[in-house]
Amino acid sequence: MKLKRKSISYSKWGYIFILPFFVSFFIFSFIPLADTIRYSFFEYYRSGIKEVGPNFVGMENYKSLLASDMLKYAGNTFILWIIGFIPQIVIALLLAAWFVDIRLKIHAKQFFKVVIYLPNLIMASAFAMLFFTLFSTNGPINGILTSIGITKEPIDFLGSVFGTRSLVGFMNFLMWFGNTTIMLMAAIMGISTDIFEASEIDGCNSIQRFFKITLPLIRPILAYTLINSIIGGLQMFDVPQILTNGQGSPDRTSMTLIMFLNSHLKSRNYGMAGALSVYLFIVSAILCFFVYRMTNNNDPDGSKAAARKAKRRK
Amino acid sequence: MKKKYISMLLMAALTAGTLAGCGDSAGDSADNKSSSQNTENNSGGESTEEGKVINVYSWNDEFSKRVIAVYPEVKKTSKDGTVTTLNDGTEIHWIINPNQDGVYQQKLDEALLNQADASADDKVDIFLSETDYVNKYTDADAGVAMPLTDLGIDPDTDLSDQYDFTKVTASDVNGVQRGSTWQCCPGLLVYRRDIAKEVFGTDDPVKVGEKVKDWDTMAKTAEELKAKGYYTFSSYADTFRLYGNSISEPWVKPGETVIKVDQKIMDWVSTSKEWLDAGYLDKTVKGQWNDDWNKAMGSKSKVFAFLFPAWGIDFTLKPNWDGEDGAWAVTNPPQEYNWGGSYVHACTGTDNPKHVKDIILAVTGNKDNLLKISKDYLDFTNTKSGMKEAAEDNKTFASEFLGGQNSFEYFTPVAENIVIAPLSPYDQGCVELIQNSFSDYFQGQVDFDKAKSNFETAIKERYPETTEVQWP
Repeated sequence: MKLKRKSISYSKWGYIFILPFFVSFFIFSFIPLADTIRYSFFEYYRSGIKEVGPNFVGMENYKSLLASDMLKYAGNTFILWIIGFIPQIVIALLLAAWFVDIRLKIHAKQFFKVVIYLPNLIMASAFAMLFFTLFSTNGPINGILTSIGITKEPIDFLGSVFGTRSLVGFMNFLMWFGNTTIMLMAAIMGISTDIFEASEIDGCNSIQRFFKITLPLIRPILAYTLINSIIGGLQMFDVPQILTNGQGSPDRTSMTLIMFLNSHLKSRNYGMAGALSVYLFIVSAILCFFVYRMTNNNDPDGSKAAARKAKRRK
Repeated sequence: MKKKYISMLLMAALTAGTLAGCGDSAGDSADNKSSSQNTENNSGGESTEEGKVINVYSWNDEFSKRVIAVYPEVKKTSKDGTVTTLNDGTEIHWIINPNQDGVYQQKLDEALLNQADASADDKVDIFLSETDYVNKYTDADAGVAMPLTDLGIDPDTDLSDQYDFTKVTASDVNGVQRGSTWQCCPGLLVYRRDIAKEVFGTDDPVKVGEKVKDWDTMAKTAEELKAKGYYTFSSYADTFRLYGNSISEPWVKPGETVIKVDQKIMDWVSTSKEWLDAGYLDKTVKGQWNDDWNKAMGSKSKVFAFLFPAWGIDFTLKPNWDGEDGAWAVTNPPQEYNWGGSYVHACTGTDNPKHVKDIILAVTGNKDNLLKISKDYLDFTNTKSGMKEAAEDNKTFASEFLGGQNSFEYFTPVAENIVIAPLSPYDQGCVELIQNSFSDYFQGQVDFDKAKSNFETAIKERYPETTEVQWP
């Protein structure tokens, strides 16, 4: 029997070694995932200590979610995300370009890199708790503002839509811009210095260099950052939850989708929560698909327009 | 081939190791210790023999401290306070989960749902509940809390000295009492003596009591306080219990799915809005249990009074006050009310009915024990005759924090006049969400109708089975 085999295949060992991952993925991720989808078609919650269901109700949960304020919360989530993301990407690009530019000769780069990354190390909930205390009506920020005479009455930051939303955005920005900066720095450093040198010899100024060389060449990493941030933004929960005590106050204007999901889980409403999760899943899948398509053209010089032109020429 | 088997074995071991983390280890140590000596008892709850482990579910060490202090059978308690051994060798296991974010109720609900399948030593024997959700557990259909009569406690004779409203609270819709408490939480008005002196010219509790005896007089007093730059109360949430406890119908009637908002709640909304706009309440304090509220109890605050039961003075006001002792005094509130209270229940399926009965009687039905608890822990305890004695005993019960005043003198008459509002299993969510929804209205973020619809949305999220909200 053994004589028949001519070559020895080691591939089965490869499979055996990756098996633990697949087994644990199957048990801890896949089964719950399938269960979530299954329960989304059931009426299944707890009333007091009595369990109701599971009773099959078809698409009922999906329908009643559409009739609820879900789309409003999706809008809230988007607004809260964009308020944080725009400054995050702008500042990160600027910092990355500066840090990498050899001509600027910035000292203590390593130190600054550590400092801007630090906010990310604090737990989001602790960070939110800190801001809640800092910006409360009788808190230190109001104390400073009144004592230097900027305002007479304390400002009710967390009582206004603008205040709460910008605080959430600001915190997300603070927590993530360092991370993005470091990622983009790595991307920029990956660009061959020949190109930069050549451009300088051709008389390219630094603004042109940034927009015509750096930006197009780091597009894959930018896309990655965007995808990551969108998925993170869709799942935004801990910062607004802690900052508004789970209420999304005022008037539910800072209630995100996951906070909405969480309020269903208070009654152990697995059916409704499952349906909401499925919606979220579909939305993230679509978003990922779009962003991926947008940035993955087979382009020769990195720009989309050129890619289209190249196609036409063929 | 051998190698193959060995590697497969290793694989299996690895997988098992990965999965081992998900096992529930809560009762494991207890199980191992006692399972050997206890096998003869495991046949089920029917056996007359008592189990060796009493499991007590609660959210803090309040109950365990009181049991250890007054239950005569207690022999010793482990250093970390999780296990108490009784004279006959039975162990009490204190299983504590914090109340925050409903963690306690989640854990307790899990345990109660598994009660039937749990082994004798893992069964819940005693659990505690708060007034806000006591009704969820005393529910006759749910049947998780044993009627006291099944334990051999006759509420009419054994607990005759208890305040009647605590018995009503712990009873199901049929009037069967399914829990008992050592504590009774009549609330008072606690005020700053220095502010009273400045505004009214006196800090005498009797004279101040006159100024706050009902809501109409209270409003006039509030105007006086405002003229001198003081707030009457800190936040609109402070007065909620007084209104919320005097509703005439339960939030949800048994068997119905319609939430009825009582007229009293709407009175609270309109009065709070009026008072807030008039400047009687501090606008910067939004609700209770937050930093701003705590600061309102400090010496720099402009707030004249708080509405607190005994535990509130001791656990909330005292730690937040940064001045000298003796700056505060108590007097009668504008309306009698009750706030809080921990109920002790025997859990259906317990394997230690005798011990459970003894513990409940010792902690909630024995006058001497209750007076000891009042002395040591400043609780207002559930004994009518005992509290009358305390009200007259100015020597033993004078409080330093209140400048030598005997607060029981004021608590006792309030306790006698409390009429507890009809309860429903939905109280906790209703009380919490109505305050949150109308908080936006008070601050001018939304109009009245929007606040109403926000409450409807929130309550249907919390309790999916509710179909409609009726406003008065």
